[in-house]
Amino acid sequence: MRVEENERQAAKPNIVWLKLSDYLAMVRHARKLVPIEDCGLLAGTEKDGVRTVEQVFYLTNVDHSAEHFALDPAEQFAAVKEMRAKGLKLLGNWHSHPASPSRPSEEDKRLAFDSKASYFILSLNGGEPVLSSFHIEKQSDVSKEDLRIR
Amino acid sequence: MTVTVNGEPLEIEKSINLTEFLQVAKAEQPEYVTVQLNGEFVDHAGFDKTFVKDGDTVEFLYFMGGGAR
Repeated sequence: MRVEENERQAAKPNIVWLKLSDYLAMVRHARKLVPIEDCGLLAGTEKDGVRTVEQVFYLTNVDHSAEHFALDPAEQFAAVKEMRAKGLKLLGNWHSHPASPSRPSEEDKRLAFDSKASYFILSLNGGEPVLSSFHIEKQSDVSKEDLRIR
Repeated sequence: MTVTVNGEPLEIEKSINLTEFLQVAKAEQPEYVTVQLNGEFVDHAGFDKTFVKDGDTVEFLYFMGGGAR
């Protein structure tokens, strides 16, 4: 996986683990939706600053757009209830950038209302997928998290 | 009285409206949350006149969206 170095690294970034099978499934799913942005939620566990994604949820982009996404609220609630029933926690969300880099756009930052969330961005720009995870404070301050594929 | 919020019990002294409740529940930016009260969506316009009472279940989630530009 290629990592882009265009965002500053947090002093002590969250470590985020993602299963290789989930990463590959996200890439497959997002490629099928091109040019529409794909999106969903990330569920898992968190201990001592280490987040482990146990399940990736695929939700509907109600914007059906190549340049915007919005998660379906009803699907969000259903997913969170499923997470809770499985003993998992909502860790964040993910979306694809079909034709732009793996970094938060101005709109991504402006709409990042949850400073506790990990924001995954999967770029399909240029063919080779790039997945990065970000922490966004105050809808403006972006730092890259330490995303690790296992 | 006890209200279940996002799966966790929360004690409140008296029945309060959703605007007040979201502050008590420490919603970071309540103007950008989507709320379900006992499984039903509540529009933001109805927050001030919708009261939370003992035994209710409140779920709130942040709007999640963005764009490529």
